[in-house]
Amino acid sequence: MLLMNRLLSHDLPRSRWLALALVIVVVGLAFAPFLFPGSKALGVAAKMLVFILLVASYDLLLGYTGIVSFAHTMFFGIGAYGVAIASTRMGEGFGAVFVGVAVALLLSLLLSLVIGLFSLRVKAIFYAMITLAVAAAFQTLASQLSDITGGEDGLSFKNPQVFSPSFEPFEGEFFGLMLDGKVFSYYLLFVVVTLLFLLLLRIVNSPFGRVLQAIRENDFRAEAIGYRTVTYRTWSNVLSALFATVAGALLALWLRYTGPDTTLSFEIMLDILLIVVIGGMGTMYGAIVGSVLFVLAQNYLQDLLKVAGGALEGVPVLSQLVSPDRWLLWLGVLFVLSVYHFPTGVVGRLRLTALRKRP
Amino acid sequence: MNTAALPMTAAAAVPKAEFDWRPIALLGGVLLAAWPLIGSSSTWVTLSVAGLAMGLIIFIIASGLTLIFGLMDVLNFGHGVFIALGAFVATSVMGGMADWTASDSLLRNMGAVFAAMLVAMAAAGALGLAFERVIVRPVYGLHLKQILITMGGMIVGEELIKVIWGPLQIPLPLPTALRGSFLLGDASIEKYRLLAVAIGLLVFVLLLFALNRTKVGLLIRAGVQDREMVESLGYRIRQLFVGVFVAGSALAGLGGVMWGLYQQSVVPQIGAQVNILIFIVIIIGGLGSTLGCFVGALLVGLMANYTGYLAPKVALFSNIGLMVAILLWRPQGLYPVTNR
Repeated sequence: MLLMNRLLSHDLPRSRWLALALVIVVVGLAFAPFLFPGSKALGVAAKMLVFILLVASYDLLLGYTGIVSFAHTMFFGIGAYGVAIASTRMGEGFGAVFVGVAVALLLSLLLSLVIGLFSLRVKAIFYAMITLAVAAAFQTLASQLSDITGGEDGLSFKNPQVFSPSFEPFEGEFFGLMLDGKVFSYYLLFVVVTLLFLLLLRIVNSPFGRVLQAIRENDFRAEAIGYRTVTYRTWSNVLSALFATVAGALLALWLRYTGPDTTLSFEIMLDILLIVVIGGMGTMYGAIVGSVLFVLAQNYLQDLLKVAGGALEGVPVLSQLVSPDRWLLWLGVLFVLSVYHFPTGVVGRLRLTALRKRP
Repeated sequence: MNTAALPMTAAAAVPKAEFDWRPIALLGGVLLAAWPLIGSSSTWVTLSVAGLAMGLIIFIIASGLTLIFGLMDVLNFGHGVFIALGAFVATSVMGGMADWTASDSLLRNMGAVFAAMLVAMAAAGALGLAFERVIVRPVYGLHLKQILITMGGMIVGEELIKVIWGPLQIPLPLPTALRGSFLLGDASIEKYRLLAVAIGLLVFVLLLFALNRTKVGLLIRAGVQDREMVESLGYRIRQLFVGVFVAGSALAGLGGVMWGLYQQSVVPQIGAQVNILIFIVIIIGGLGSTLGCFVGALLVGLMANYTGYLAPKVALFSNIGLMVAILLWRPQGLYPVTNR
């Protein structure tokens, strides 16, 4: 228990239901290859992992520091393209992956520093607009430099041998599962995401994280107490960009493909926003709960809507509203409602209920 | 001391703010500098008209957004929904008036275009009223929530448009008489672009008149300057704001029709695409400034067309380059609104 407490940086779930949900998610993801066989299920689990890291890094910026950025997918894309470009240029191997990640991290660091210093001094709205424009320009850049990035088609590449699907070191099956490169790369994702998530939890619960929250609540006051808010904001921006870069690199390793649609598109930015808000801003656990719910909805809500659509077939407007392609509509409505009615999201809601019950 | 001289000294003590000509000079400078770069006069005229047409359409869309921000400190990230709605309504209206758009008579063609514009403005204005009520009103003064919630409104709006008109691209062809171009000297000018320039200038003049010569305009300008003062003088700025929001949405709807006709096709994502452009414009112009928005929109339109001709690869980044350059020169935009 003490160890657990230290691992989670004394930021426990503080709600029995939340704790239960987290345990289920962690166990489910840890044993996903054994529990949910099939490549689609494993793909869904891997996407959850990547999104947990990506959204948690965004939460550091939005939920903890109170900065709205629309350029988060840019850093995500830099990570993914870093691995992809290095792997296609240098040939597959760990060397390429390391070089790609290192260059991507450096680029993200510089870019986020420049953007931060350039525009974090001004109002939140200004920053949101600037990042929107910068992200759009970056996306255009990536699709234009087709010699390097593969343009709209993106890049397909090979992973280091250990992580390629044809790598099968053991003869027999292991608890009913053939251990191949896909499983190994899944566990690489799992380990990296777990470690980085715990690190993020450590960061937001450190004195540094407290200052960020103070800036979120009242930046004027934080400045008056003697903290340089611009410095803290910039650091928060840089850190969240770096974590997003790693998430991008992990996605590239998993998919063995990088393209504008999987990393840079504005739809992904909207997905991140939806997850953060629905899961719970300013609670790292919100990233876990939100990502799992969202990725499940993205992959299985459509099936559910198909059933509903079948039942309502023939009804003119309703059948359109519940058509499987319109799943984003319902998430959008949920998003608007949650900004109004429970701004701290699912996690905040659960914690509040637990707090009220306590005598 | 002579009392008769007092009014004179009082008048002298409040000097009129000098009009800042430099941004407009910059606009002229861009026009002139492009001439020798392009080389041929006729091409220059063609490109300039195209740039002005594009700039004026952007201005129509962005003017509402910048006024809304100036008056109420609300930045509507969902402004794109009104653009998309306007454009899609236009496809329906002009599709329904097919025999008018297909006829050779200019009068009938214009009738169809104007009908589409009016219906689009009405639809966008009505949606604006609902949007203000449901989405924006509960979050006045909370910037973070405003950004999130208007973005959410945009997601829902875009999906609803897909429900009504389908997710695919819909063609929005120009009426017969407005197609093609005519020659002015050696320069060929597309007819529709001339119409866009005319409508854009009309909107600009009407807007300037409404803002500078009417009482409502006076109140709006005063509200942008100092909202609390206007409130304390007994005016309900909130009602004024609802009016501006509806008008701004209707203008966005009008702009959507014109943008759709300019592109000759409409996709549901049109709102998000144009959103980025109009954000750049109002940042360049100075948040809340109408004149700045006008100059910024024209700069963006001209730059896009000139660079598109001179260096097509660079053209994709001309907007962002322009924004960075302007912000380095004037960090608050071309015409900064005081007290912000």
